[in-house]
Amino acid sequence: MLNLFFLLFAGYVAGLFLPLCFPAKPKIQNVLAHGSAGLASGAGILLGVTGLLAQEPWTASVQSTIPFLSFAVRLDPLASFFVLTISLAGLAASVYAIGYVTEFYGRVSIAALGALFNGFLLSMTLVVIADNGFFFLIVWELMSLLSYFLVVTEHKKAEVQYAGLFYLIMTHVGTAFIIMAFLIFFQAGGSFSFEAFRHPEQPLSEGMRTLAFLIALIGFGTKAGIVPLHVWLPYAHPAAPSHISALMSGVMIKTAIYALIRVYFDFLGGQFPWWWGFVVLVVGAVSALLGVMYALMEHDLKRLLAFHSVENIGIILLGIGAGMIFQSYGLKELAALGVLAGLYHTINHAVFKALLFFGAGSLLYATHTRDMEEYGGLLRRMPWTGAFFLIGAVSISALPPTNGFVSEWLVFQSLFLSFQLPTVFLKLMLPIAAAMLALTGVLALVCFAKVFGISFLALARSSHARHAEEVPIAMRIGMGILAVLCVGLGLAPMIVVPLLDRITGPLMGVSISDKILALDGWALAPVNLEFASISPPMLAALLIAGGLLGLFLAFLFGGHLVKRYYKTWGCGINSSPRLEYTATGFVQPIKRVFSTIYQPTIKLETEFLEESRYFAKRRRFEFHIEPIFEKYLYSPVINVFVEIANRVRVLQAGSLHLNLAYILVALVVLLLFAV
Amino acid sequence: MLQTITLVVAQIIVLLGISPFLVGLIRKVKARLQCRRGAGVFQPYADIAKLFRKQPVVSSTTSWIFTATPYILFASTLSAGLLVPMFISVTPMNFAGNIIALVYLLALGTFFLILAGLDAGSAFGGMGSSREGLVASLTEPAMILSIFAVALTAGSTNLSTIVHKTALLEGVVTAPAPHLMALAALCIVAIAETGRVPVDNPATHLELTMIHEAMVLEYSGRYLALIEWAAAMKLAVFLSLIANLFAPWGIATTLAPGAIGIGLVAYILKIAGLAVLIGILESMIAKLRLFRVTELLGAAFILALLAVVFFYILQG
Repeated sequence: MLNLFFLLFAGYVAGLFLPLCFPAKPKIQNVLAHGSAGLASGAGILLGVTGLLAQEPWTASVQSTIPFLSFAVRLDPLASFFVLTISLAGLAASVYAIGYVTEFYGRVSIAALGALFNGFLLSMTLVVIADNGFFFLIVWELMSLLSYFLVVTEHKKAEVQYAGLFYLIMTHVGTAFIIMAFLIFFQAGGSFSFEAFRHPEQPLSEGMRTLAFLIALIGFGTKAGIVPLHVWLPYAHPAAPSHISALMSGVMIKTAIYALIRVYFDFLGGQFPWWWGFVVLVVGAVSALLGVMYALMEHDLKRLLAFHSVENIGIILLGIGAGMIFQSYGLKELAALGVLAGLYHTINHAVFKALLFFGAGSLLYATHTRDMEEYGGLLRRMPWTGAFFLIGAVSISALPPTNGFVSEWLVFQSLFLSFQLPTVFLKLMLPIAAAMLALTGVLALVCFAKVFGISFLALARSSHARHAEEVPIAMRIGMGILAVLCVGLGLAPMIVVPLLDRITGPLMGVSISDKILALDGWALAPVNLEFASISPPMLAALLIAGGLLGLFLAFLFGGHLVKRYYKTWGCGINSSPRLEYTATGFVQPIKRVFSTIYQPTIKLETEFLEESRYFAKRRRFEFHIEPIFEKYLYSPVINVFVEIANRVRVLQAGSLHLNLAYILVALVVLLLFAV
Repeated sequence: MLQTITLVVAQIIVLLGISPFLVGLIRKVKARLQCRRGAGVFQPYADIAKLFRKQPVVSSTTSWIFTATPYILFASTLSAGLLVPMFISVTPMNFAGNIIALVYLLALGTFFLILAGLDAGSAFGGMGSSREGLVASLTEPAMILSIFAVALTAGSTNLSTIVHKTALLEGVVTAPAPHLMALAALCIVAIAETGRVPVDNPATHLELTMIHEAMVLEYSGRYLALIEWAAAMKLAVFLSLIANLFAPWGIATTLAPGAIGIGLVAYILKIAGLAVLIGILESMIAKLRLFRVTELLGAAFILALLAVVFFYILQG
């Protein structure tokens, strides 16, 4: 394990420094940076799998001279799982980036981009294996800073600068809360090591535990993107280069999930009142629903995917929240099921979200625009990208036989098992959360039908789309790896569930793998076969058999197929892209039905012909969704701070003598204190 | 093993065979109520056979999604049908999926149908897909909740277990209110998902009034045959759900040939009866405006939610 860790570390560090040795040779810098990252990610995958299968957690540490800091790492199953997820996405991103960053040749320093990429992956890996609170904070901050620099890669654009600044501020607000939470543990435990957090000398009082719970939720929730702390996501993820967006959306926000599980189930010992789990459940349900609703209205493909990340974090938190509720009533097996469902969705989301972002990056690479309304007909021009994007879209819509279906099914089942809870309130709330999850799932389906349909099908809506070319082979391979994983993780839960059980087993104290798997692993049956079961391989087999039966019946009744091609009938009008449905039009009914949440404002201006007011020359239609959180939550808070700053500014009159007087007064006061 | 395969094949044959008959029965009832003779009850069989024989015309704007969708829709609806108990209470495929699997299998078909509607690049298709998206987003939560309300009584989310226990009167329903509300919700959902009046008119091609027909407007030949067959199968699946979840008596709870025979006859009688009721309903009320449909579906969701709430409150 030590060897694998060194290989990983060395790979990322090599990728950091080697490209800098070849100035002005972007191709070599590209291959070196991403090749080392790929190697290191491969080592990370092996490390993750080894850690999951290991009997004992592996630890290593290097002492430092700074008090309270020790560079300690610990690979227990939970950390290994996240290392595996990060490395899988990292490997695919490395392969994809070899093709993608060719777009940045000449515009951006490829050495810097590659170095930051390696540093980012390394810092994320270190975050999940850190075993010392101080070390954790250092690498957490490193991860945030490196991702900031990656977000502002195209720093000449104003919107990218704004996005970067917003992201930087939000992530530091979150880090402040995390520091506070760790200080609570430090105060009780006496040292910053996670072992001291776990078993503090003076156990935390009930009030301190609740405070730690809330502060950790806000701090890590900012990074995860829970509503209402999600506002930075739709700015930062689109601004970054696509392979970075994939990593940020797919794995960086998951490090927050890792930290939440670590704090709640490990440090706080898995003992909490029921309302903690309920708060997490509510946060999850609201994030899921609002995330998908705002995603539906977006036409910038990457912004849409960013909102879907908010939605999927909500689904993960639904599973974890249900697990926490069950844990607080001592229903350990159900708790393990809930957390297992959340963890399964974590890796599934990492895989299909990265795939979708790679697809968005490919579309951006080919058409140079992010606006969906300018795409169209790209399936014929980019068949591979289209096919891989379709697999990603089917996965995120949680349709069988892909991985999204299996993990969402597990989350549903853990919510449906609510009848074992003692209070009527909770017995009702969990099915209501399940209903919200159902609504979320189907809205995600509609959203991705819109995305795929408008982007890839029918006629091209702009000259960009008409002249799009298929992307380079490296990008296709990167997407292909993830597409295969999407289907594989969906068809092989019998491999994934035992691995995840090795995580929830130590955390809850029960192993549920054999209680979930049935029929020699061919079926998933939480509780037992009679309560609920699915068999993803069987469903896939039924679908294939059904398709073949349809082909057979068509041949039986109709003989050989001879198609005739003709243009689409548009009531006599020549078919043109203007006749097609637009993304705005597609979601208009849903916007109208849910207008209470959207609060849309619509502006319609018409310019009529001079000759007659019956004929319009030009129409301009604008509609805006009310940015509720920015308007009612963030702006007032920001205004308060600006007000305070304006008041305090009076002190800085600019006079040198005044500043000298301040220094004198401060010195005198401090000396008095020391005495 | 052989028995399982025989039962699966039998269920496929029954599903494929009975669905066009249901569509024909509904049309006959509507015709009779409109003082017409109407076509024969077995006309849809002839229609599907004719469509298979005709040469399909495919729009040159479309991609492989267009020609693949009929097969995907057919496969997903057939697979969903295999999960639903029809004439035997414990279907051989019941381990493959429960309520959620059923709903998401049907959603797979809907997803590709929405894509196919957008593929031809015509405004009709886009409009149909957009409206279908709206209707689907409102029916799925109601469907999941209403079947869950029934699942609570039987203590299982597996369709076969629910039907088996209800047929044997285990887990006796002491308070009928949740069941009745769930039944009402599921009926509304069934009408919405299968595209019948008042949600959608299956007999119209006016752009103001079509949802499902708009998505399949560009299809012809064997593709249209498969899609119509799949739509008929979806109707059969929903009617089977309503019949067997709420009134499964007569269904075969054992695998004795006599029981299966009685189960088959009872099943056909029940869904034929439901089809007649649908025909009468379609003749009695007019199609709702699209944004009134959302109110109806919202009512279905509230009914299903209330069914779950009442179950827990009445339980104690």
